[in-house]
Amino acid sequence: MTKKYSKWIWGIPLWILAIAFLAPFAWMISTALKPDVDAYKIPMQWIPDPFQWDNFSTVLSGATSVLPAFGRSVFVALLRVAGELITATMAGYAFARMSFKGRDKLFLLYLATAIIPAQLLLVPRFIYFQKLGLYDTLWALILPGMFTVLGTFLMRQFFVSQPAEFAEAARMDGANEWQVFTRIYLPLATPVMSALGILAFVWSWNDYETPLVLISNPDRYTLPLSLTNFVDEQGQIAPGLTMAASVISIVPVLVVFVVLQRRFIAAMTHTGIK
Amino acid sequence: MATATVVAAGTEARTAKGPGIRPSGWIGFLFIAPNLLGVAAFTLIPLISVVVLAFTDWNLVSGLGGITFNGIDNFVAIARDPGFWHAVGLTLVYVAVSVPLTVVLGLALAIALNRPLPGRAVLRAIFFLPYIVNVVAIGMTWLMLMNPKAGLVNQVLDAFGVQPGWFASSHWALPALIVMAVWGGVGYCSLIYLSALQDAPRQLYEAADIDGASAWAKFRVITWPALLPTTVFLLVTMIIGASQGFGLIALITAGGPGDATTTISYYMYQTGFQFYRFGYASAIGLVTFVGVLVLTLVTWRAQRGRALND
Repeated sequence: MTKKYSKWIWGIPLWILAIAFLAPFAWMISTALKPDVDAYKIPMQWIPDPFQWDNFSTVLSGATSVLPAFGRSVFVALLRVAGELITATMAGYAFARMSFKGRDKLFLLYLATAIIPAQLLLVPRFIYFQKLGLYDTLWALILPGMFTVLGTFLMRQFFVSQPAEFAEAARMDGANEWQVFTRIYLPLATPVMSALGILAFVWSWNDYETPLVLISNPDRYTLPLSLTNFVDEQGQIAPGLTMAASVISIVPVLVVFVVLQRRFIAAMTHTGIK
Repeated sequence: MATATVVAAGTEARTAKGPGIRPSGWIGFLFIAPNLLGVAAFTLIPLISVVVLAFTDWNLVSGLGGITFNGIDNFVAIARDPGFWHAVGLTLVYVAVSVPLTVVLGLALAIALNRPLPGRAVLRAIFFLPYIVNVVAIGMTWLMLMNPKAGLVNQVLDAFGVQPGWFASSHWALPALIVMAVWGGVGYCSLIYLSALQDAPRQLYEAADIDGASAWAKFRVITWPALLPTTVFLLVTMIIGASQGFGLIALITAGGPGDATTTISYYMYQTGFQFYRFGYASAIGLVTFVGVLVLTLVTWRAQRGRALND
């Protein structure tokens, strides 16, 4: 009885805190559904009156639609995730489970570059992509994301922890190196690969700084950039449309988060300490 | 996020040998080649370039032919650049306030969320939510929430008789960014702490209970030492994150009002991509990187000293 009671002593204040914590999201949804004149009403009007569903139809159709940007974000994210998974898994496996000349030196080189912040590389990337004709194309966002040092580390850390006897047994049976990789170790790696895939997806989906620097044509905006498009005649942010588009931008990560919550949290904590 | 993985990998970089690992010759290299080529093209070459560019006065106007090396001129100029030092000061304030605040609140939240609670899984998810949302959606929302005249935040604060100007005021713009950073990061910290708390030594708590130790004593003697590596990890990654990001500032304040939110990363962004002074921006980036690296190492060392004393 006392146990149950104490559960609520902590539970109630924490739930109140959680609801306060959610207020910005509630405000976002509320504002997305009301006329702009009501956005700054005093006191705040949480339940829109009237409901203005038009905000959503405006940001989903016609010239103002965010759907093309949504599509570009999906395209960029899918290619980045696929590319990173393929190249990082192979490289991580080789660093962990194969031995060849210069491997350790190469790995040290990887270690050294891993702590370089992406922001430092933006100036040279900006110049290169202009020379290569990739500036202001989606490839400027996709290509660097397909080949990552961090993904390679994650995969290597996993493969290092796997028993080597599996490989010995497979080689006895006449498997070549590629078969040892694809048939023995790769199936074991699916949880780590899904964790890396989730992380890569979220990073790609939410990336604002890279396209801010490397994309200039509004016809090539990814979703985060396109959220800044909604301004009224005075150049002020249009609350209803901006919030409606913001809600739409959150849905995909939210779906991934809710559906794969366990994996998602494992991915976030795993990259850190384990 | 990257740092701990890197450190963990570095400590046993040479252990992956022994049974089952045979010399595979060039085949092993083939496995790495796709990743290595991409990393070389999009990370290594830009990295070398940024170091070289830092010793030039190149800008967009002078074109590729116009690159001239100017030795350490950029670095001398940085040392004398009041804009740079102003940005360094702002960044230090921003990092020194927002990072410890986020970590401490994250720890408190993790301890609260680590006990039996009604709907605990949902609670954890709620606090983590801001971390997975893109910075533009979050920035736009807070910009309107913190509208000085009619925003929700000031409507609530009205009860206390304070009406900060937030992003319209040069005094309140940086605090506004700090509020957003804490709100956005606290759930992530608590999530990382929660996973570390699972590994805290259970027998010690039981022994302490038998001895009749107070909750505070248990926290100080058992929990805090067990969480120390996690704390350092969070401090390091958040110091790096907080000192490098410019997206939110570019979106909301453009460094202003005046230069009230021109942090070092935004200063570099401005120099490189608004004034197109590539050489100078590269030098700023390099100096910042070294500065953050030193700050990170100091944090590591402080923890090592602490661990030895205990």
